[in-house]
Amino acid sequence: MKKTRKSIIPGFGLSFGVTISILSLVVLIPLCSLVVFTAQLSFSEFWYTITRPRILSAYWVSISTALVAALINAVMGLIMAWVLVRYDFPGKKFIDGIIELPFALPTAVAGISLTHLTTTNGWVGKFFYNVFGIRIAYTRLGITIALIFIGIPFVVRAVQPVLEKIDIQYEEAALILGADRKTTFRKVIFPEILPALISGFTLAFARSIGEYGSVVFIAGNTPYETEIAPLLIMSELQEFDYAAATSIALVMLAIAFIILSVNAILQSVVSRRVSGLA
Amino acid sequence: MKFNGKRLGALILSTALILTALTGCGASSSGSSGGTIELTNVSYDPTRELYAAYNEIFEPHYEELTGQKIEVTQSHGGSGKQALEVSNGLEADVVTLALEGDVKVVADAGLIDDGFTAEFPLDSSPYTSTIVFLVRAGNPKGIYDWDDLIRDDVGIITPNPKTSGGAMWNYLAAWYFFELQGQNDDEILESIRTLYGNVVVLDSGARGATTSIVENGQGDVLLAWENEAFLSLKEYPGDYEIVVPSVSILCQPTVAVVDEVAKKHGTVDAATEYLNFLYSDEAQVIEAENFYRPSTREIYDQYVSSGEGNTITEIPADGKWINDNVVLTDINHFGGWAQARAIHFADGVNFDSIYEQ
Amino acid sequence: MELRKNSGPLKWVLIILVVIFLAVFLLLPLFYIVITALRDGIGGYIASITDPYAIKAALLTIRATIWAVVVNTIFGIAAAWCLTKFAFKGKKVISTFIDLPVTVSPIIAGLIYVLTFGRQSFLYPILDGWGIQIIFAVPGIVLATIFVTFPFISRELIPVLTAQGTDEEEAAALMGAGTFTIFRKVTLPHIKWALLYGIVLCTARAMGEFGAVSVLSGHLRGKTNTLPLYIELLYQGYDFTGAFAASSILVILAIIVLALRVWLERRGNKEAEIHY
Repeated sequence: MKKTRKSIIPGFGLSFGVTISILSLVVLIPLCSLVVFTAQLSFSEFWYTITRPRILSAYWVSISTALVAALINAVMGLIMAWVLVRYDFPGKKFIDGIIELPFALPTAVAGISLTHLTTTNGWVGKFFYNVFGIRIAYTRLGITIALIFIGIPFVVRAVQPVLEKIDIQYEEAALILGADRKTTFRKVIFPEILPALISGFTLAFARSIGEYGSVVFIAGNTPYETEIAPLLIMSELQEFDYAAATSIALVMLAIAFIILSVNAILQSVVSRRVSGLA
Repeated sequence: MKFNGKRLGALILSTALILTALTGCGASSSGSSGGTIELTNVSYDPTRELYAAYNEIFEPHYEELTGQKIEVTQSHGGSGKQALEVSNGLEADVVTLALEGDVKVVADAGLIDDGFTAEFPLDSSPYTSTIVFLVRAGNPKGIYDWDDLIRDDVGIITPNPKTSGGAMWNYLAAWYFFELQGQNDDEILESIRTLYGNVVVLDSGARGATTSIVENGQGDVLLAWENEAFLSLKEYPGDYEIVVPSVSILCQPTVAVVDEVAKKHGTVDAATEYLNFLYSDEAQVIEAENFYRPSTREIYDQYVSSGEGNTITEIPADGKWINDNVVLTDINHFGGWAQARAIHFADGVNFDSIYEQ
Repeated sequence: MELRKNSGPLKWVLIILVVIFLAVFLLLPLFYIVITALRDGIGGYIASITDPYAIKAALLTIRATIWAVVVNTIFGIAAAWCLTKFAFKGKKVISTFIDLPVTVSPIIAGLIYVLTFGRQSFLYPILDGWGIQIIFAVPGIVLATIFVTFPFISRELIPVLTAQGTDEEEAAALMGAGTFTIFRKVTLPHIKWALLYGIVLCTARAMGEFGAVSVLSGHLRGKTNTLPLYIELLYQGYDFTGAFAASSILVILAIIVLALRVWLERRGNKEAEIHY
């Protein structure tokens, strides 16, 4: 590793050293031990472990609920960002302030209170069960709701700053030139916020796939129905099957990596368009 | 990468920083510190109340016996998870787990010497329990025995045998019932499949399962440790009743000194006394008061209920709660834990197969 | 201008939609926690939150949070400085690894430390020989907390430093200023608000971490139980009021932290207006 351009700013050695050593200690070395542990399995054993039907179904539960939750968050996050940036109304500051709450609230606490609210005895669950016959807690619907909760801040916080920076003159120009509101949004605003929207969506999605604390309480944990992949790791560990647990963990890590890479590719594709940011 | 002086300095500096951060912020280990012996007891989920009460009598007892102050730190969780954490380096001086198989895991990690079941009386099980049904008041679904659980109008709550010790006992008790009905292995498996098909919430631990039925109102019947079921009667008087099935299983929670850790901490004597005292009359009474079946015959007899019926609607006023009208099998019927695990709970065998579509 | 005073039915439809969404998903659970916490009256509430174990758990949570913030601040500044002021190969890789912890499942985060520092690891005999215990002890909890909040501060600093460029630092370096002088006099004033904002986010997230800490803690009551773990313990011990009372402490802490954030942002904006 060498510097490609000689910089006259001092402190490269110091900052690089600190960065690399903390990064190694906290992230790299521990991740390596995961790979080392999985390597104890032969490839066919590894493949068998990660493709057992129960495990495939757990990935599917995790991915599908996370995808639905992230999509809902993308739509609602976009609307929230829009409302917070473009409109003035009483209580706006308050709403802006509480968006990060799901970050700060322990996931277990969120899980417990959401479960209590949505069981067939809970305030919300009773209503849905009596009126529509829908059960929320202990179904995939319940998992999705917990994941929506934890994913709320991601999209809003990604889109909001970009929306704030869009020069309103472009929209005015479009309107003056005869475009209607809908076209203006589609042709002028949407392309600008798309990269931020995608990256917010990806983060919410990736975070939801791995979520554990809030989901275990509300999921009901029935195999093939509501058993999520992180729970399966826990349960493999409790059966003292380290190799299986680390294999599933490695697959999930790979999924996270793929999601991040897809995001990176999409970012470079969509940001090639001409930007009208102020 | 070339290491110039500065970069190396930075590396050493930040590594040192992290190490001091990690060690400086809490060298927490048990053992003797300032005249007080610290003892760590790693136990399973439902024993919180039991050991909270037991530690209160043990601490003064030990001080009286040896003149040493002692302080016991508790850890509770799913039995399998706890065993795993001890094997991984959680420094427990003693383990008091839900089944012998979990203690065996710690022994297999090289932390407990062989023959731990012979170290204390009665297979190192100072108290036992069994599996009963907890149903809603008035038993609206008319659940009286295991075969009622395979009716399609019944919603069952039980933890997952893959993650919970108590749930393995549940599964084996059900198996024994259908076996006594004269079913062959395939028929039994089919009955068990129907039973688990009625499970509405498969929690990961015994406490989670109890919470699902009592606090969140799920299901019609909870398959529970006897002690958990009585605790629910106590916490929610009038809301639930216990149904003792015709057949159940003798659950033997196992205790052991974690030899390697205790040697390191110098707590072998204290740990041994901690477990031995569990067999004292004083402690046996506390176990009985917390709805564990005491192993001392005379104390056991004092708690045997005079009632005949198999439904218990409230904690008897005279405190005699043990119902003896039940046929109990035990783990030896299943060839011991190693065999039971291999046949029923390992990956891809019986329990997994009932969920395959 | 018409656009800037955008009104009409759409505005109110969207606002109402947002309000309903947030009320159902964010406020209702909070409201439920507060109501349940007070189910046994104020006396019961106070008894629950002044329980010695609750206080020990809260202190441990605060300790882990402080360590996480300190380590991540040092790391965040170093990483942001290194990634924005210099050009070198491997930058993208480092940057990806810094981001990775946010997307890793907390269970995996716990698991990797168990594998690295547990009894089956080759490091264990060495550390044990030095009398150092990492997992199932406070250091493990601190490590897990650092991991889950790892990119929070550097991610706030990098955009600011990128936007600012390197001219001012180069000028200062040419005039002969040393590393720390440049940082203190030139860079720090620019990143002050972003840094504080990152610290606030990091604090908020660190206090609430559950999954990773749960794998690493060992749940020793009074020793390695953080507040979120203590809440789970109470919840499973039928003490729902106590669990929600302890939760309310975290809710209050979270609200304080978020209020602090809003205040910081406003200060930062004001300062920015004065500058330009």
